[in-house]
Amino acid sequence: MSKNLELAIKKFSSQVAHDRTRLLEVLRMVQDEFGCVSPEAQEILAREFHVQRVEVASLVSFYAFLSEKPQGKAVIRLCKGCIDEMHGMDRIAKAFSEELGIPVGGTTPDGKITLERTNCMGMCDQAPAALVNGTLVPWLSTDKVKEIVQALKQDPDPRKLVTKLGDGNNAHPLVRAMVVNNIRKAGPVVFSPFEPGKALRAALSMHPAEVIRDIKTSRLRGRGGAGFPTGLKWEFTRSAKGYRKFVVCNADEGEPGTFKDRVILTEQAHMVFEGMTIGGWAIGADQGILYLRGEYSYLVPFLNQVLEERRKAGLLGRNILGKEDFHFDIRVYVGAGAYICGEETALINSLEGRRGDPRNRPPFPAQEGYLGAPTTVNNVETFCKVARILEKGPGWFAEMGTPQSTGTKVLSISGDIKAPGVYEVPFGITLKELLKEAGGEDASAVQVGGASGRMVPPAEFDRKICYDDLATGGSIMVFGPSRDLLEIVENFLDFFIEESCGFCTPCRVGNVLLKKKISEIRAGRAEPGDADYLKNLGETIKATARCGLGQTSPNPVLSTLEGFPELYRSREKAGETPERPTFDLSGALAQAERITGRKAVHLEDEA
Amino acid sequence: MTKSITFIIDGKEILGREGQTILEAALEAGVYIPHLCYHPELKPFGSCRVCTVMANGRTVASCTTPIAEGMIVESGTERIREYRKALVEMLFVEGNHFCMVCEKSGNCELQAMAYRLGITAPRFPYIFPKREVDASHPEVFIDRNRCILCGRCVRASRDVDGKHVFDFTGRGPERKVAVNSSGRLAETNLSSADKAVDICPVGAILRKGEAYMVPVGKRAFDKKPIGSEIEEKGGAPRG
Repeated sequence: MSKNLELAIKKFSSQVAHDRTRLLEVLRMVQDEFGCVSPEAQEILAREFHVQRVEVASLVSFYAFLSEKPQGKAVIRLCKGCIDEMHGMDRIAKAFSEELGIPVGGTTPDGKITLERTNCMGMCDQAPAALVNGTLVPWLSTDKVKEIVQALKQDPDPRKLVTKLGDGNNAHPLVRAMVVNNIRKAGPVVFSPFEPGKALRAALSMHPAEVIRDIKTSRLRGRGGAGFPTGLKWEFTRSAKGYRKFVVCNADEGEPGTFKDRVILTEQAHMVFEGMTIGGWAIGADQGILYLRGEYSYLVPFLNQVLEERRKAGLLGRNILGKEDFHFDIRVYVGAGAYICGEETALINSLEGRRGDPRNRPPFPAQEGYLGAPTTVNNVETFCKVARILEKGPGWFAEMGTPQSTGTKVLSISGDIKAPGVYEVPFGITLKELLKEAGGEDASAVQVGGASGRMVPPAEFDRKICYDDLATGGSIMVFGPSRDLLEIVENFLDFFIEESCGFCTPCRVGNVLLKKKISEIRAGRAEPGDADYLKNLGETIKATARCGLGQTSPNPVLSTLEGFPELYRSREKAGETPERPTFDLSGALAQAERITGRKAVHLEDEA
Repeated sequence: MTKSITFIIDGKEILGREGQTILEAALEAGVYIPHLCYHPELKPFGSCRVCTVMANGRTVASCTTPIAEGMIVESGTERIREYRKALVEMLFVEGNHFCMVCEKSGNCELQAMAYRLGITAPRFPYIFPKREVDASHPEVFIDRNRCILCGRCVRASRDVDGKHVFDFTGRGPERKVAVNSSGRLAETNLSSADKAVDICPVGAILRKGEAYMVPVGKRAFDKKPIGSEIEEKGGAPRG
């Protein structure tokens, strides 16, 4: 075993030429082959890559898909997202636990199957869902749990679980996924037929500066959520000095409730890669990298084939479309389970084989990004928009949407609605219109922009989806009248606590404190001062956190305090004395009671 | 010649040099901005956020934000002061800090910062985490109960000592300082002469056998508040 381990690690390491920046890739190989990156493996890896052992440990402990302890041949990861919870994930988890005879977090005694929970995996429109190694299993039911466990006990290869293939390219021989696209509304920009090469030809007929001018004229803004003007970002990257430049596509779609990039990559991969290539021409880069979240690794063989097709068609590689001196290629890089890597500087660290701790800014990636070179990082959907703008012209694009938010937006809509899925709509659409289309008119709240976005009450359903009103990277989660919104707030906080890198104080500690208070309120121990406490704490975290995660993580609390104050007020028990039960004395004494075997005296007077 | 840059902190004009951060320029000019993870001999880190200021209307960490001509910095406002207090209180409840029995008391920057900011007790509930103590090394021990994850030891060992004895593992609340061995400090090449041993702002990394060489009452911050040595250079106290 030990000999095998050493030989395998040596082989993997030479495959990447012992390049330190590719250490994370090798860690994934070791994990896949041996079910863990054991302390022994870490020591060998440290030697092979000439790094300290603690650096390897640092990586292994950071990424959710790497583990120091041995895992089963099949690792079942059940989604923890609030939409999955709403669709009965608790029951499913219990069924798995019973069927396997292990708790969540455990591995069967024969070492075959591990059961885990994981954060939103981008399957909210087909919840509850599980990820078994690289295989996504949608629409779980307790009956299905039995079948899955039986099948895995016989053969831990999860690809055997694939029974019915999904639509479109999900049924492609290189994908073979049960996932469905659920494209409910195809718009003119992203989800309409795309002829590879056309947009790129148009771009190459122009000077790079003219391409950037066109993007600026279209007033395209980043589709990941922050909405930074794409043309400006490209201009900065183009004018920055560097030994070379990079185009990075952020496909680390991790915001709870978002799954549109999965669908775009499945159906419009050419368009994404074409947009990246246009980016390469515009900023003067020769290399593009698609950073794909680990949950979507099943798409890698397919994406690689699309890249190969493009190389053969002269759309990638050297002298693209006969243009001398324009060389550009793209590779796919797979993440390892970390939401924070969607933050662009964390993503770059991860690309370099490091922990996904965000970097201090400045310098911005446009000045100093991947390997210290000027780098533009754009969202999957943004690159599609770029391709279409070059094909159809900036004027055509800017006519859609609103003056400040031009074009269309691809939304992922899920929750208590009749038709969950992907909708490409023009910016400026109101929530009311959206709910009508998706069949969710009786909604009592809509979470716009994912966990880090805001909870919108019905009185505000006339508000518009656009950068100046309700901005979103694409996540729309709809909650019906029967939902406990505070439970959802708590779910979001759990998410942020787990996904925080822990670098800065406010995010690392503050989110835990927010969650503590929300739990207390939910347990019926609300105090009159709680709203102020939460507001102050939330605002402190927002103002002082180092990156976008902490600057938005208090939003679920702050936006519900604002839009749903009764959520908090109603938990304060009416008619009680001013001395409210803020401290659970009985709970605190429970352990002592167990140990001593007698009841605490203070309880005698109580009912 | 480096270009000089003029900017304003709390109404006072400061002359700095291009490439300096707000904090560096301020400290040089005798204006104290409270800070914990920053150390003049190490690369800026930006983890504690105690040095948060408003720069041209935006809250930023002054230790990682470069100065710019005409920049307006607010450091001593009530709002910023409240943020800092909250951050220091978070650090207190996050770990297990028992000043009354800690060898570092009086020399501890966290404790001194709490005094300076007027903190009597944290407004937040204690988290009481379980943290590891490692006394395996003959000359140095780590008590992670007191660690504030400022990364000074990590940076000092890597960048000054050239050893990389420490690094962070885990994420979120699980983040901790790990050592470069199978787990014990004794198995690393840490020496008690290393910069990494000298630089801990709290009592998390200490040399053995030196705890009470300076008696309580005669320690650095027993005599004057943290930041005084900066302010003595430059004028009125603030922060």
